Amino acid sequence: MSLAALIVLLPLLAALLLAALPGQAVRLNIAASAGSLALALLLLAEGPGGAGLLRPDALNQPLVLIASLVGLGTAIFSAQDVAHENFDRRRMRWFHAAFQGFMATHFLALLSDNLGIMWVAIEAGTLACVLMVALHRTSAALEAAWKFFILCSVGIALALFGIIVLALAAQPLLGHGEQLSFAALRLAAQGADPALLNLAFVFLLVGFGTKAGLVPLHSWLPDAHAEGPTPIAAVLSGLLLNAAMLGILRSKAVVGANAEVIPPGGFLIALGLASLLLAGFSLWRRRDAKRLFGWSSIEHMGIATIAFGIGGVPGHMAGLLHLWGHSLVKSAAFFAIGRAARIKGGQTMDAIGGLVGTHPMLGWGLAMAMAALAGLPPFSLFASELLLATEAGRERPWLLPLLILGLLVAGTALLHNMQRLCFGAPTPEPAPMRAGIATLLPLWTNLVLAALLALALPAPLAAMLLDAARALS
Amino acid sequence: MGFGQLPYDVAHVLGGAMLLVSFVLLYQRRIAALVNALALQGCLLAAAAVWQGYVQGAPQLYVTGLIALAAKGIAIPVFLHRMMRSRMPDRAVEPVGSIGLCMLGGVLLVALAILVVLPATTGARALAREDLAIALSIVLLGLLTMITRRSALGQVAGLMTLENGLVLGAVGVAGMPLVIELSTAGLVLVIIVIAGFFARLLRERFDSLDTDMLHPHRGEGQ
Repeated sequence: MSLAALIVLLPLLAALLLAALPGQAVRLNIAASAGSLALALLLLAEGPGGAGLLRPDALNQPLVLIASLVGLGTAIFSAQDVAHENFDRRRMRWFHAAFQGFMATHFLALLSDNLGIMWVAIEAGTLACVLMVALHRTSAALEAAWKFFILCSVGIALALFGIIVLALAAQPLLGHGEQLSFAALRLAAQGADPALLNLAFVFLLVGFGTKAGLVPLHSWLPDAHAEGPTPIAAVLSGLLLNAAMLGILRSKAVVGANAEVIPPGGFLIALGLASLLLAGFSLWRRRDAKRLFGWSSIEHMGIATIAFGIGGVPGHMAGLLHLWGHSLVKSAAFFAIGRAARIKGGQTMDAIGGLVGTHPMLGWGLAMAMAALAGLPPFSLFASELLLATEAGRERPWLLPLLILGLLVAGTALLHNMQRLCFGAPTPEPAPMRAGIATLLPLWTNLVLAALLALALPAPLAAMLLDAARALS
Repeated sequence: MGFGQLPYDVAHVLGGAMLLVSFVLLYQRRIAALVNALALQGCLLAAAAVWQGYVQGAPQLYVTGLIALAAKGIAIPVFLHRMMRSRMPDRAVEPVGSIGLCMLGGVLLVALAILVVLPATTGARALAREDLAIALSIVLLGLLTMITRRSALGQVAGLMTLENGLVLGAVGVAGMPLVIELSTAGLVLVIIVIAGFFARLLRERFDSLDTDMLHPHRGEGQ
């Protein structure tokens, strides 16, 4: 059995075990996530290759590694966090099984070399997330889950229509046995009818774009992040959005292979810019801290989408690096804010304040994460935003002022909120509680890794980044 | 293959009938009739899939047809009927907006689908392109149903219509891999199970299936 298949099967097996066994859920969850990380490292060492339905390549391997890292961090964080949830035993099992089930579908979505299977995996991952968002069973959580479920189902259904149209376009040119594999589709698209490809891309973009939280299809995202358990917010932002973005990227590569289509880059830039600007201004009006970070995810997906829309090797490198950095930093931010909300007994902005004074390690961690999200050095989001701005200035000068406006508005909003949350007079705590190693360890690990991505990108990862960007453009 | 030839005509009739049922779903107020219309559309979809299997010589489409018949034609409607009877015996009607406007919107959407698909598919076979136009119309009508109906059940009905349109489109494309039809059918089942789950939860909490009741909870809790 190939390593790629093992990566998908391990969490699936863990999910079944967790659903079946009554106790030890927390430890089993961490062990399975650690196993996934080890397998992802092995896969990276093995390098691209392999055939069949799962095909690791330069584009998805780093995403798999980051997914397993964020997964392990989330498993460690949730060991402490779910203890406060007052879940009964059944819901505890349900939560952990759904978490590992989501990880399995996520790895499948990233690794699959078949548009149909990727679609199925993303849909199954959404269903797992819906269950986890609804777990609190408060009316707000139910509305968030319902909205998430309905909007994403419609989105994913539209993406399927896009796949059908793509299959119709490519079908006369495809051989048997290689149907819907990305390489075969790309080859077939060169000779396919451009009008059909245009139609397919619009549906694929709207479908996967709903999942990626791009404006105007974003309205599920802040609700789902705010109302579900914090560990779910971390994997929603850190992982699910990446899988959807990968779907958009793969579709763009397929459709873009044909010289006569309407260039897909323009659509991406329009959606990305709308997301960046709307989210940037919305960030100023947030009163709920988890919702703030949900909006910030919309902003960052917008930035990555603009980078992919500009295209070329530098544009794609900026976009991919941005996705990697965003996953690490955003999950770190959710770990910190989730713990802070527990300590302060509420997740509104007014409830949390002066964190640095009472809990220095947690407070500084949150401050660092928010500074990174605002695009400050030394984190990799700074590097990718700088690369994007340079490339935008060279390729599309008209875009640069709008891009910088969006980045500034969003960045200053985050810094403003950082001051409220981390500095100033501490707000009262219902019961004194320590930050705890289960939060601090994944929080600071992710921050250090995000800084390393910018300061000392390991050579194999750098080579993969370049390879992936070349393959896409 | 074109107008006046049996494979084309039958496929056309089945697709057209599904489209008609989509219009019924758009205005039907009585819940029982709504569920029956869904069942009818599921059966028509099954027939369309089987017919395509016969025309294309693709036996896997028979499986798709059988799954559609079992799940969408029989199991889901029976479940919904039972749930309505046991959970909400006093609820037989649910509101729709202005019927005239809904119908007009539906007609416009069908025109839009034809205008979008037909010019784009001049290279494809006539059967495939007209099937695709009908499928897109059903998908769009499903969306319209979801928009005009406010209840959780109405949204589920719209979503099911939408999925029916997708499967119709998928079976119309010769050589479409089986994996998609199977997964679509399986996923619809899962979706409905979860939707039922939510509906029950909503009912337990609010004694209503109306998602409008939830709106005070949205946003930032002000």
